[in-house]
Amino acid sequence: MPFWDGQSRGDVLQSIWIMIARRLGLGLVTLFVVSLLIFAAVEMLPGDIAEEILGQSATPETVAAFRRELGLDLPSYQRYLAWLGGILQGDFGTSLANGRPISDLIAGRLSNTLFLALYAAAISVPLAISLGILVSLYRNSLFDRAVNLITLSSISFPEFFVAYILIVLLSQSGYFPSLATLSPGATFAETLYRTFLPALTLTLVVTAHMMRMTRAAIINLLASPYIEMARLKGLSPGRIIVKHALPNAFAPIINVIALNLAYLITGVVVVEVVFVYPGLGQLMVDSVAKRDIPVVQAAALIFACAYVLLNLTADVLSTLSNPRLIHTR
Amino acid sequence: MTKTSNTPLLTIKDLYIEGRADETWSGIVNGVSLTLNRGEVLGLIGESGAGKSTLGLAAMGYTRDGCRISSGSVTFDGTDLVGAPGKTKRHLLGSRIAYVAQSAAASFNPAHRLIDQFTEAPVQHGTSSRDVAAKDAVDLYQRMRLPDPETIGFRYPHQVSGGQLQRAMTAMAMACRPDLIIFDEPTTALDVTTQIEVLAAIRNIVDQFQTAAIYITHDLAVVAQMADRIKVLLRGDEVEEAETAAMLASPQEDYTKSLWAVRSHARTEQPAADRAEMPVLSVQNVTAAYGPIKVLHDVSFDIHKRRTVAVVGESGSGKSTTARVITGLLPPLEGQVLFNGSALPPNYKTRSGDQLRKVQMIYQMADTALNPKQTVGQIVGRPVQFYLGLRGQALRDRVAELLNMIELEPGDFLERLPSELSGGQKQRVGIARALAAEPQMIICDEVTSALDQIVAEGILKLLDRLQGELDLAYMFITHDLATVKAIADEVVVMQSGKVIEQGQKSAMFTPPHDPYTELLLSSVPEMDPDWLTDLLKRRADDANAYSKT
Repeated sequence: MPFWDGQSRGDVLQSIWIMIARRLGLGLVTLFVVSLLIFAAVEMLPGDIAEEILGQSATPETVAAFRRELGLDLPSYQRYLAWLGGILQGDFGTSLANGRPISDLIAGRLSNTLFLALYAAAISVPLAISLGILVSLYRNSLFDRAVNLITLSSISFPEFFVAYILIVLLSQSGYFPSLATLSPGATFAETLYRTFLPALTLTLVVTAHMMRMTRAAIINLLASPYIEMARLKGLSPGRIIVKHALPNAFAPIINVIALNLAYLITGVVVVEVVFVYPGLGQLMVDSVAKRDIPVVQAAALIFACAYVLLNLTADVLSTLSNPRLIHTR
Repeated sequence: MTKTSNTPLLTIKDLYIEGRADETWSGIVNGVSLTLNRGEVLGLIGESGAGKSTLGLAAMGYTRDGCRISSGSVTFDGTDLVGAPGKTKRHLLGSRIAYVAQSAAASFNPAHRLIDQFTEAPVQHGTSSRDVAAKDAVDLYQRMRLPDPETIGFRYPHQVSGGQLQRAMTAMAMACRPDLIIFDEPTTALDVTTQIEVLAAIRNIVDQFQTAAIYITHDLAVVAQMADRIKVLLRGDEVEEAETAAMLASPQEDYTKSLWAVRSHARTEQPAADRAEMPVLSVQNVTAAYGPIKVLHDVSFDIHKRRTVAVVGESGSGKSTTARVITGLLPPLEGQVLFNGSALPPNYKTRSGDQLRKVQMIYQMADTALNPKQTVGQIVGRPVQFYLGLRGQALRDRVAELLNMIELEPGDFLERLPSELSGGQKQRVGIARALAAEPQMIICDEVTSALDQIVAEGILKLLDRLQGELDLAYMFITHDLATVKAIADEVVVMQSGKVIEQGQKSAMFTPPHDPYTELLLSSVPEMDPDWLTDLLKRRADDANAYSKT
C-alpha cells in the first residue's frame, strides 16, 4: 500500500474487523433482548398445546399430567432459562407436536426459504438497480412515469393477489407450475423452473422499493458540483449517472436492499402458502396454530438473526463503498 | 479544424439569460456581449448576483437547472453553442473548453482518485489513451508545482488540501489542452498565502500553453494580476470594459469607482488600552486539544472594553478553536479564561446564565446560523425572552428596538423568514440576535468573509457604531487583512495554534514584522498588475540569497 494513504491496507482491514466484531457483539445483545420479547409474546398467546392435542374430551387430570410431562407446569423464568441454555448449546429443543428435534425440522425449511429468497434477490436486485439507473437517466419522462406506475402498482397490491394474478396469467396457460413442490431428486434447473412463480411474485413485491431508492439517491446527487463538473467535461449522461452519481449513492441503496432481503427471508409466509412452498414461514404459522411453542420461538429467533446479519452486512458494505472511511488522511 | 489567429475564439453577442423563481422568469444576464481572442485572458468582475458565473457557464453553452438562454448567441470557434445539439456541445466541453470551479473540494468526485478524474476527459473524448493521459497528469501536476507529482494523483480528493485540489483541478482542465478555460472564482475559498501559489501556477500554465481564459472573481486585486482585459458586471448588465492597466488607472463609471473605493475604508485606531484597567476578557496560557492532537499552545491575549481585537491566521491556525475555548465549547487542557477578572468555568454546561449571556457569537454563515423556520422576530426575541425574561409588549418593544439598531425597519422585517433576506440582512439579524442578550463581548467569526465588499463594509461600519454606543468588546476572527485594517485596534497573529505576534494595529502594519506576519501581509494582493510578478521575483531572490549564505 502506498504511503500516502497514511494507513496501511492491514490497518484498514483491522479496523473493519474491529467494527464487525463490535457490531456482532451488539447483535448478540439485540438477539438476547429479542429472545426475551419472543418468550414473553409466546407466553401471552391464549391456548395450550396439551388441550390442543388431547382434545375437548380430556379430563383436567390428564391435561395436567401431560403438561407436567412437557415441562409446561414449571414457572416461566425456569422454562426461559432452560430454553436459552439449550440454544446456547445449539439445541433448540424438540417439537411438542411431534417430538422431533427442532433443528432437524427447521434446517430443511430454512434452506428452502433461503433458496427462494436468494432466487428472488438474484432477479430483483439487479433489476431494481438497472431500472433505478434508467429512470434517473430519463427522469420525468414517460418511461420514468410508466416504470414508477408499474412498480408502485405491484407493491400496492397484496402479495396473494399478485400471486393469484400470476397463476392466472402464467400457470393456467401451462407455462409454469402453480405448486412449487420440491422433490429431492430434481435438478437445479428444474427446481428453478418450479419455483419461478413464487420468486417472480416476491420480485414484483420488493423491486419498487429498491428501484425508487436508487432513483431518489441518484437524483439527490445530480445537483452536486461534481456532477456539474462531469457535465462540463462533456461526459455522456449515462456515464455521469453510472460513474459519478451511483458510487456516491451506494450507502442508502445498500441499506434498502438489506431491508428488502430481510423481508424476503421473513415476510414471505403468504407467498409460501399460496404456492404450497415448504418454507420456514409456513412452518411458523402452522406451529402457531398447533401451539407448538418451541418451534415458533426457534423460527422467530432465526428471523431476528437474519435481520441482524443483513443489517451488519449493509453497514460493512456502506463503509467499504466510502473512500473517506477506507482511505483516511 | 483550422485555427486562424485573426478571428476571435469566442464571441458572445447580446446574450440574455433568465432564471426562474416562483414561477416567473427574471433576467440574470441582460444583453451582455464579449469577444475573446486566442491566448487572451478576460477578467469578469462584479458582486454576487452580477451574473458572472452564469455568463461564464453560458460561454460553455451550459446553463444551470432553472436557467435558460432567452436570446443572443455564443459562438466558439465558428460553432454556435446556443442552438447546438447536446452531442456537439459534449464534444467541445472538456476537450476544447474546460472549467475550473470555485470549490475544488466539492467539484471533485469524492468516490474516485484524482488521476482517474484527470484521465477521464482525454479518454472519453478519444484524445489519448489512459496511460498517455496518466503520464501527462504527472507532468501537469509538476508544472502546477504540486508536491509529489508522481503519486499525488493516486490520492482521493479528501486526502489533499484545498489549495492543492485547486491546482489539481486546473491541471485536470488542461488535460485535453483546451483553447479556452473558464476559471470561476478559483481562489476565493483559499487563504492569502495559498492563493498566491495557486494564482502563480494558473498564470504560469495559461502562459505556457497559450490558453485563452475567462477569469471570474469579485476580487479586483486578483483580477488585476490575471487578466489582460477586465469587464465589470452589475446585476446582469455590463458596466464597462477596458484593458487592465487602463481600468485600474482610470475607471470611467461611478459603480467601478465605488468598487475601487471600498478598500480605502479604515477605522481610526483607539489608543492602546490602559494596562492597569481590567480587561473584559483575558485568555491566559490556554492549551487545548481535539482528542490526542494539540491544537492550541499557550495562547494568551486580553480584550478591553470598547476595543476590537482581530485574530488573524490561515485556516488551521487555531483562531476558531480559541473562540470555542472562550465560549466553553472546548474545555482547555491548561490555562484559563478570565471574564472581568474572574475565571469562567471551562465547560459551558457549568457556566451560569449570566456568564453565558455576556459573551455572544456571530457566525460566518448567516445562512446556516439562522433557523429557516423562524421569523426574524422569533429569532431575535428568543434571547431577549431567555436571558432577560421580557414578555408581551416589553418583548415586542425590545425586538423592534434591536431591529432599529441594525438598521432594519421592524414593520417590514419582523415577520420575514431568513429565506426572504439578502446575505447582508441575514448577517444583520445575526448581529441583532447577539445584541439581544445584552453582552459585554461579541466574538465575530469571519462574519464578512461570505459577503461582497460593499455589503461587508456596511456590516463593519454597523459593528463599529454599535461598539461605540454599547461599550462592546469585539474579538474579530478573520483571515482577511483588509478587514483587519478596517476594523481592528489590536491584532493577534496566530499560526499552528500559537500566537506569533500581538500588538496595536499601527505597530503591526509597520515594519519590521515577524517573518510570518510579513508573509501574510505581503500575500495580500494589491491593485498593481505587476504585483504578483514582482512579489514572486522578490521571494525567489530572497530564497536564492538565503541558499547562498
